[in-house]
Amino acid sequence: MKSEAIRLQVNSKAYGLETEPNCLLLDVLRQDLGLTGTKRGCDDSSCGACTVLIDGEPQMSCLMLAVSYQDCEITTIEGVADGSELDPLQRGFSVEGGAQCGFCTPGMILTAKHLLLNNPDPTEQEINEALSGNLCRCTGYTQILASVRKAVELMRERQPMEVR
Amino acid sequence: MSSSPQAPASPIGARIPMVDSVDKVTGLGLYTDDLTLPGTLVGRILHSPHAHARIRSIDTSAAERLPGVRAVATGQETPVKYGILPVGHDETIFAVEKVRYVGDNVAGVAAESEAIAEEALRLIKVDYEILPAYFDPEKSMLAEDNLIHENKPHNIERDFHHHFGDVEKGFAEADYVREDRFDCAEVTHAALEPHSTLAKYDASDSSVTVWSSTQVPYYLQLTLASTMQMPPEKVRVIKPLVGGGFGGKSEVIPLELAAAVLARKAGDPVKITYTREEVFYAHRGRPHQIVELKTGVTREGKLTAVEARIIQDGGAYCSYGVVTILYSGQLLNAMYAIPNVKFDGFRVLTNKPACGAMRGHGTVNTRFAFEQQLNKIAATLGIDPVEIRRRNLLQAPCMTVNDLRVLSYGYPECIDQVVEKSGWKDKYGKLPYGKGIGLAGSHYVSGAANPIIRSKMPHTTINLTIDREGIVTIFTGASEIGQGSDTMQVQIVAAELGIDVDQVKIVAADTTRTPVDLGSYSSRVTFMAGNAAIAAARDAKQKILAAAAETMATAPQNLVIEDGKVCCRDARRIALPFAEAARLAIGSNDVLEATGSYTTPESSQGGKFKGAGVGPSPAYSYCAQTVEVTVDPETGEVKIDRIIAAHDCGKALNPVCVEGQVIGSVWMGLGQAVQEEMLWENGRLMNAGLLEYRSASTLESPPIEPIIVESNDPEGPFGAKEAGEGSLAATIPAVAHAVYDAVGVWIDTLPITPEKVLKALERQKPGVRSQKSE
Repeated sequence: MKSEAIRLQVNSKAYGLETEPNCLLLDVLRQDLGLTGTKRGCDDSSCGACTVLIDGEPQMSCLMLAVSYQDCEITTIEGVADGSELDPLQRGFSVEGGAQCGFCTPGMILTAKHLLLNNPDPTEQEINEALSGNLCRCTGYTQILASVRKAVELMRERQPMEVR
Repeated sequence: MSSSPQAPASPIGARIPMVDSVDKVTGLGLYTDDLTLPGTLVGRILHSPHAHARIRSIDTSAAERLPGVRAVATGQETPVKYGILPVGHDETIFAVEKVRYVGDNVAGVAAESEAIAEEALRLIKVDYEILPAYFDPEKSMLAEDNLIHENKPHNIERDFHHHFGDVEKGFAEADYVREDRFDCAEVTHAALEPHSTLAKYDASDSSVTVWSSTQVPYYLQLTLASTMQMPPEKVRVIKPLVGGGFGGKSEVIPLELAAAVLARKAGDPVKITYTREEVFYAHRGRPHQIVELKTGVTREGKLTAVEARIIQDGGAYCSYGVVTILYSGQLLNAMYAIPNVKFDGFRVLTNKPACGAMRGHGTVNTRFAFEQQLNKIAATLGIDPVEIRRRNLLQAPCMTVNDLRVLSYGYPECIDQVVEKSGWKDKYGKLPYGKGIGLAGSHYVSGAANPIIRSKMPHTTINLTIDREGIVTIFTGASEIGQGSDTMQVQIVAAELGIDVDQVKIVAADTTRTPVDLGSYSSRVTFMAGNAAIAAARDAKQKILAAAAETMATAPQNLVIEDGKVCCRDARRIALPFAEAARLAIGSNDVLEATGSYTTPESSQGGKFKGAGVGPSPAYSYCAQTVEVTVDPETGEVKIDRIIAAHDCGKALNPVCVEGQVIGSVWMGLGQAVQEEMLWENGRLMNAGLLEYRSASTLESPPIEPIIVESNDPEGPFGAKEAGEGSLAATIPAVAHAVYDAVGVWIDTLPITPEKVLKALERQKPGVRSQKSE
């Protein structure tokens, strides 16, 4: 297949690259842009590990052709922290044990990010519903739920925390 | 860092975040598939489409001619057999002569792109002679010909027959004897990270470096060396972050060897990452197990004898099979006092992917059977299920009839805690029809007392360096797989040296840079690497205090290290900062070096009979659980309302990690209890996807409440025992028990699906429903 030049806007940064039109956004992010925080856990949109935000909406990048998202703002896990300051969700997952093996964590955090942007004080049921497309095999979700709640609490307090 | 004002000064028992958590939440942490070297080729494996077939010929010429293909490898080139157990070397990198399951590895290719690699696989022509295949273990055991392995008559991998005490006498003494047959479906780990390996061969010194998603870097190093016929020192294995294991990465997985062989052949690095479907076929999970169980009790409910006949469907290769079948019998013991125990175990080969070690290795299905039968006996005799357990407790410290040494035993307290918190007394047998509560217990080893490859070598060694700034670096072979291995070692070293955890760095699981650790399996890391970390830190401390004593004009025994300072015991005001004391000890060297090891005590290593090596552990964890359910009698659906799990981990070094491990174990047990199972049809897996396999989402996952019980094991590091596996097994019988309490039916076949519940309700004698609602 013939390569073509495309432009992508990822984490507020513009990238120009050559790619084939059948390339998945997931592969372009991981292989061409080196943004390996976005994970591949399955091949059929079962697991949600590849979740990124497309214009603020959580989407599975394993289902998307990169060429089709040239006019969108794409946010990956690498774009969630504000410089050296972790996002409240990242802090929540760190202190509450929401990340065990960490493989589902990027997708979880991006999905939760969308939730909290739209609903800063979600109920347990709302959190569970929002995260129901992101599978985890380690935590049984209990500490993930606690992590999101912790983030809600931190957002209220707005305490900064630095990356070690 | 969490900033609780009551945070204890010692890092032991502190709720500190895992040391790699920032890497994980920022996406900057690297897993194997995130790594790429210049010129890395894409590796792919050709899998067998047949369950059992002889390979007449393989023609790879067309694949080799395809532009962009850099290497093609088949079995004849690397025929050396391997396997995780010394008694089970029955695999080769690629099939030699025969394939034994759908998915067996036939050939490998390395190419410049994924598309070329896939095309090359299509161009490999294999001429198969299809053989009759065996899928049912009970039928496979009767096989006379077309054996799966020629040296295994009747397709029996191994059988064991143990008899401790005298069961005939025990059954004669019993007032009530019960027999049941239990059938537990096969389940798999399904770690979220698919297996991945990156391999680089350096022709200049004939060495190979392998980055891999493994729980056992050391065994991988040895196996790469033997199968590639290279000296072990020419093989370097590095474990990057691992995205979950649960046992599925606790032995060598074919892609690890295939990538290395292809890299050597191609002359460029090769990466192979399994698809999710390949992960399901690579498997090595928990086998389908049939348990025929007979238990005798007195009318007071005291156990007099237990007899188990166990058949495990091991799949096409040995893998951990000999160990799995032994665990299933040996760990009938060390939970309750049983004076007479008989065990007949059969590990059977079939033409399906090999089963191996999975969380709770070997114990889970036997525990389900035993606890379920005990609950049935209690119901029949009209004894409270809590009470029947209390009447059969071990009197620890003790030796069991099969020579397992139990020192710490927090099971009674686990029972008390869940009974209290769940409100058991007001609920069991008293909830309205359709609502029920169940109880069960479980246990697990804190590491196997005997290594897989018998030797006098320590089970683990940890080296430390301390530099002139007082920064401590731990060099450890122990494998972090998400369970907190790195964090645990950092906490222990910081605690022993009286310094902050931020002053301790860790370099782990790189066979060239770090000492040998046997791996992350059988819940051994906290106990073994934890004890080695204490030993290494004490070695460092001794050297630092000796040097400081000279400067401070006192004796080393008068000195302690606290809050990052070396202080005199008698006059705490005289203090030397840790870094300064370290500099004194370093002297004219570059760094201060220290080391520590752990080997299990001989008294924990078990008996002398055949198979006695599996089951012994320096310590056992214990768990009791209550599960509450709602059963819909119209649909058979079982809804889990609440689970309380009390786990005796000896001492919670980091409660966040312990709770996470306990909850995760319970959740995985719950999956096996109600929805997970591998569905086979003629050797093909019908549900090789995470949705089809029904891995539970947030919406299907109930609240799980962990309770930490601390029995302070006399030999555990700071009293600690395992926390990552022992809770899994209790969940399954507790769910089954709750279903019985809700609607009066016992389900002896896993998973407990709505269909099975409905069928059981149809068979139920009329009147049960009205009894319950009275």
